[in-house]
Amino acid sequence: MLDRTWPAEGATRVPYWVYQDQDIYAEEQARIFRGPTWSYLCLEAELPDPGSFLTTFVGDMPVVVARDPAGAIHAFENRCAHRGALICMEARGRAERFSCIYHNWTYDHAGNLTSVAFRRGIAGKGGMSAEAKPESQSPKQFKVETIHGLVFGTLSARNSLRDYIGPEVLPRLTRVLKKPLKLLGTYTQVLPNNWKLYMDNVKDTYHASLLHLFFTRFRINRLTQGGGVFVSADGAHHCTYTEMVEDKGDAYEKDGMRSAGSQKFQLQAPEILDQTDEFGDRVSIQILSLFPGFVLHQIRNSLAARQVVPKGVERTELHWTLFGFADDDEAMTRRRLLQANLVGPAGYISMEDGAATGFVQRGVAGSPERASVIEMGGSGVGSGDSRITETAVRGLWQAWRRHMNM
Amino acid sequence: MDLQRQVENLHARYAPALDADRLEDWPGFFTEDGVYRIATAENEARGLPLPVLFAQGRAMLRDRVASLRHANIYEPQRYRHIVSSCLVESVSATEVRSVSSFLVVRVMQDGQALLFASGRYLDRIALAPEPLYAERVVVCDSRRFDTLLAIPL
Repeated sequence: MLDRTWPAEGATRVPYWVYQDQDIYAEEQARIFRGPTWSYLCLEAELPDPGSFLTTFVGDMPVVVARDPAGAIHAFENRCAHRGALICMEARGRAERFSCIYHNWTYDHAGNLTSVAFRRGIAGKGGMSAEAKPESQSPKQFKVETIHGLVFGTLSARNSLRDYIGPEVLPRLTRVLKKPLKLLGTYTQVLPNNWKLYMDNVKDTYHASLLHLFFTRFRINRLTQGGGVFVSADGAHHCTYTEMVEDKGDAYEKDGMRSAGSQKFQLQAPEILDQTDEFGDRVSIQILSLFPGFVLHQIRNSLAARQVVPKGVERTELHWTLFGFADDDEAMTRRRLLQANLVGPAGYISMEDGAATGFVQRGVAGSPERASVIEMGGSGVGSGDSRITETAVRGLWQAWRRHMNM
Repeated sequence: MDLQRQVENLHARYAPALDADRLEDWPGFFTEDGVYRIATAENEARGLPLPVLFAQGRAMLRDRVASLRHANIYEPQRYRHIVSSCLVESVSATEVRSVSSFLVVRVMQDGQALLFASGRYLDRIALAPEPLYAERVVVCDSRRFDTLLAIPL
């Protein structure tokens, strides 16, 4: 029997069984994804009209997000009260109501069961008794809140979305989402690892310029540039940023680092890196994460929401939604599309993340009892102006342990 | 050579160059300002412009190759392209359009093989001085990409 007690070192160790154990995975679904957390659902711009809907996931749970005729957004479990079939099969569309294909039970945009086919039978024969309560098994309904064009839902959080995010990270979210959004497109990257390995990769400010050589070679992001990290008081959420100032130092070259620059390696078409300082604060990169599975990035002028969807212990889907602003001109749209080359499965600076987290999943296969060493920047959790730290990673595990009561 | 054979010859040379890891040859299949774009059928159908990969001009294509060789970290892997016969429609004296289907199997160093991508090549081919891609749009059937897409399709 595996010992699932946390290592004595506490915050500076993460035991590898957290990425491997089927029981832990099931427990996370209940305590975290269906628990008192807020999960990202979609952009408001993806539900443009009354009746617009899309289907997504919160953890393993299939979810319908829909805009009702009055314009309000609802989210509900995509599970029929009758036999549990999916109520809605389509990825997106527009509907006046939702009818389960199996036996035609019908739901409104909020997921309320509005009709049961042949409930009273036909000509006095068949049907359900008057005492039957099929509504008792209705799909779960989410509390929904929107924040500057992003839609979030929760099944059991008691605090508001803004209180959930907290004052350390909220201003960094509103900094980016300052105007109505315009959808540019979506795709999915399938990661061969546990969902938490992706989240601690996102929160790991230490790895960015060491793993992603493109960053460093072109001096897009070096740890010698100005920047910092914000961590919410409970450790759950984080934001890291890098300033636009071009680094002229040679700290990487002096240390003989693999990611050091090379004179012979220069971009022939540097246009793809041209940034407009659209937020007026000379921030070149900002990566923000909300527990459990949401990431917002600004990488130069590339903007995106990333939704982390667990698909079993060792598999994760990363749903990328890239966007701009509704008032972008042609030049800005072209800039965002060129800079889409930096992110996603073929991204110059994102492609390695799927590989690196997969390497951890494979590397730890024989050592569930061993643990990660997470001591960069000490053992605490908090904001700071250095990115040579694992403070946000420790924050993730602090939040995870609290939810898991571990 | 007739038009059909010229176009087929270009396609037939393109895929084996990628499969044999001759990435440095890849930009040479395009005109100087040629466009290469990987898209998904879903985004295309919705009229959404997001590319998975987008390059305009040989310089950007060479940058992609340089980055794959010198910057990006990915596990050793090879592709095997299977490209269908193509439908050629002449649009002008200097240019033709061609459509063909493809499958790409990705083989990792441990032998694991995966049907990595399928889709269509929508090509605009400049004929003179030799047939080259003025535009190659790779429309993937699926919105899903396993782990990463390093080698071009």
